[in-house]
Amino acid sequence: MGLVESGKLPQPLAKLLNISRKYSIWAYQWGLACCAIEMGAAFASPRYDVMRLGVIPFPASPRQADLVVIAGTVTDKLAPAVVRLYEQMPDPKYVISMGSCANCGGPYWDSYSVTKGVDQLIPVDVYVPGCPPRPEALLEGIILLQERIAHEDMAERWKGEPIVVG
Amino acid sequence: MTAVSDPQSVAALAAEAVDNRVNLDFETEGMTLNMGPQHPATHGTLRIIARLDGEQVISAEPMCGYMHRGYEKLTEVRTYPQINALINRIDWLGSFANEVPFILAAEKLMGVEAPPRAQWIRTILFEMSRIANISLFLGDFGLQLGGMTAGFYAFRDREWVLNQIESATGGRFHPNFDRIGGLKDDLPKGWIESSHTAMDKLLAFCDELEDLLVGNEIFQARTRGIGVIPAEIALSYGLSGANLRASGVDWDLRRDNCPPGLVYDKADWKVWTHPDGDCFARTWVRLQETREAAKIVKQLLDTIPSGPVMAKVPRIIKVPEGEAYVATENPLGEMGYYVVSKGDLVPFRVKIRSASFNNISIVPWVARGAYVPDLISILGSLYFILGDIDR
Amino acid sequence: MSQLSSADTETPEAAAPEIDEAREAVLADITARLGDGVVGSHIRPGDDLWVRVDRANWVAAAEAAKAMGYRFFDFLSAIDWLPSPFGRDMDSQEDRIVSGTPAKEPEAMVQGYAGGESRFQLLARVYSISAGMGITFKCDLPDDDLSVATWSNVYAGANWHEREAREMFGFTFDGHPNMINLYLPADFVGHPLRKDFPLLARRVRPWPGIVDVEPMPGVADEEGEGE
Repeated sequence: MGLVESGKLPQPLAKLLNISRKYSIWAYQWGLACCAIEMGAAFASPRYDVMRLGVIPFPASPRQADLVVIAGTVTDKLAPAVVRLYEQMPDPKYVISMGSCANCGGPYWDSYSVTKGVDQLIPVDVYVPGCPPRPEALLEGIILLQERIAHEDMAERWKGEPIVVG
Repeated sequence: MTAVSDPQSVAALAAEAVDNRVNLDFETEGMTLNMGPQHPATHGTLRIIARLDGEQVISAEPMCGYMHRGYEKLTEVRTYPQINALINRIDWLGSFANEVPFILAAEKLMGVEAPPRAQWIRTILFEMSRIANISLFLGDFGLQLGGMTAGFYAFRDREWVLNQIESATGGRFHPNFDRIGGLKDDLPKGWIESSHTAMDKLLAFCDELEDLLVGNEIFQARTRGIGVIPAEIALSYGLSGANLRASGVDWDLRRDNCPPGLVYDKADWKVWTHPDGDCFARTWVRLQETREAAKIVKQLLDTIPSGPVMAKVPRIIKVPEGEAYVATENPLGEMGYYVVSKGDLVPFRVKIRSASFNNISIVPWVARGAYVPDLISILGSLYFILGDIDR
Repeated sequence: MSQLSSADTETPEAAAPEIDEAREAVLADITARLGDGVVGSHIRPGDDLWVRVDRANWVAAAEAAKAMGYRFFDFLSAIDWLPSPFGRDMDSQEDRIVSGTPAKEPEAMVQGYAGGESRFQLLARVYSISAGMGITFKCDLPDDDLSVATWSNVYAGANWHEREAREMFGFTFDGHPNMINLYLPADFVGHPLRKDFPLLARRVRPWPGIVDVEPMPGVADEEGEGE
């Protein structure tokens, strides 16, 4: 993988790798609060069915995951666990921040115990706004992320602006 | 095993470490097992520190606070309508049910009463959120015990109720529909008929799940006789809702001490209890409750009176000085708000009595002597929502 | 204020008799058991009973209640009666626009039902399923000694509630088996539910929902209408 991360891969090969990464995202469910239920609806319910997009929502541990969905309120007490989870994931890794709490603190913007946005802790690729966002919004976020992965150049990986759904 | 960072927790662990060097027959040492804060069986960020002797739990101490959002402080700086939007998120599966006791407490202090139509619709939506909540429990509990299918069924059929809540309130999850003095809006056209259909689907779901899950031999083996809570212990811990009724206490706030503003007495329904007090009893009582809730909804749908849905209340809501405690039978148990008002736009103090907090505080008692797999059954059947514990 | 109350469900104040005999009897029973321990009480007929006991009788009150059949433990918490030193509105611009008045002078400390003498007051509620009634207990804690005996030997459920009250208000509960933080990290400074604990986010930034209180264009601001 050293070659991939250096970004010196021949163009067709990089494209092939991107396509395979795009359709085999292992998503770790980090359900924290209300959004976890909508994430559950998107990931586990027959009505929304995330697997048709090529996302496998059942990795046994963050060490097998490509994508983590931070769905819910991150508190200061929980923050170390979020950072540890992110550090455990193998590169290349993606983060979707789902819901207002994870984006910016949401209704708890003035609380003494809530971290005002998970992007203070870990880099976020996609923001899905809403309180909670509908499952469709999360699916849209995943599709936008997949589009980005399809055209991703590993050398440029960290230079992109985050995606905001909506 | 995760290292324990908290110095106070370390002190607590050390204090009990003496007990851990236990089993004299086999001369085994104790072991500390950390579950969470992220663990599939805790549905939320609950962390359990269990001290084991082999496969047996010597003590299990829930560590909460990973979802503590400071509701009680935030209510002191928000106006009453703003609080209504906030407290939706305490028990996020039955959101509408969170609003009702708070609104009723404010109405009690103001001396306002909602018009009959609003009371009817309130009760209907209250029961619908109970169904939305408990149906997910039934699926999720199966999932935790290894029956994945039940989870898919629950997520599928729960959508029927969510659709109804959404079409009436505009919010799939957090309706914020209740107002001091009534409701935000009247029902949309055709809602009553479609609700009947949804309730029929839910009743069918209950039958399906009874066959699939509750009647399942493996499920029964993992829940019967596990985590037995006697009634007296349950009362002194303040267990409420189905957890208490599963211990044989025939008490339901909807029937026995229903606050004015809800019309449960206008429907014919039954409070189910179970004498066993084990994990199976808790599941069974909840299953029956889902059926009863669907029945209540169907009956009330047919008798909704006509009229306005909002009483005359001032545009800017100031609640007169006083104190009031109003509790209702929420999906998880007794949920109450102790509101202290000083005649201001914002309450002076709101004490939120949430059901899961008391329900889960019994875990150290009930898990003692259980086996590790039983811990999952116990946690699952006590049924908590993290937001309801940590607030 | 309510013109639309229905015929069959009246407000409790109107329906209940002026003297609530059942609750009077409960109060008399508690007074008989605790003697001078009861220092204040309040009854709202048909609704609720408040009993204020002194600190020495705090556990005795729980034992008396349990002996009287009040076996269901509801909650235990506290009230900080200090008027917020930040003003009611915590310096939030929005609240001033709504109320239309400038920031007020801090008010005098006024305790609620059943009276009180100190800033911190314990608040606990127990319930009797057979009687269908609850009792709300209150207990004054002097400012210089915020300690009280634990209820957890009487009502096991008080264990967690006392842990919560400890970190939120800074009390100590003598005899409590496991007095560690429940919610807050161990290195958290301050007691959030005290009125003089500032919400810093509100002090550095005005309420972001401020747009909500501006009148909508073309809509007259009518007083007295429902939403």
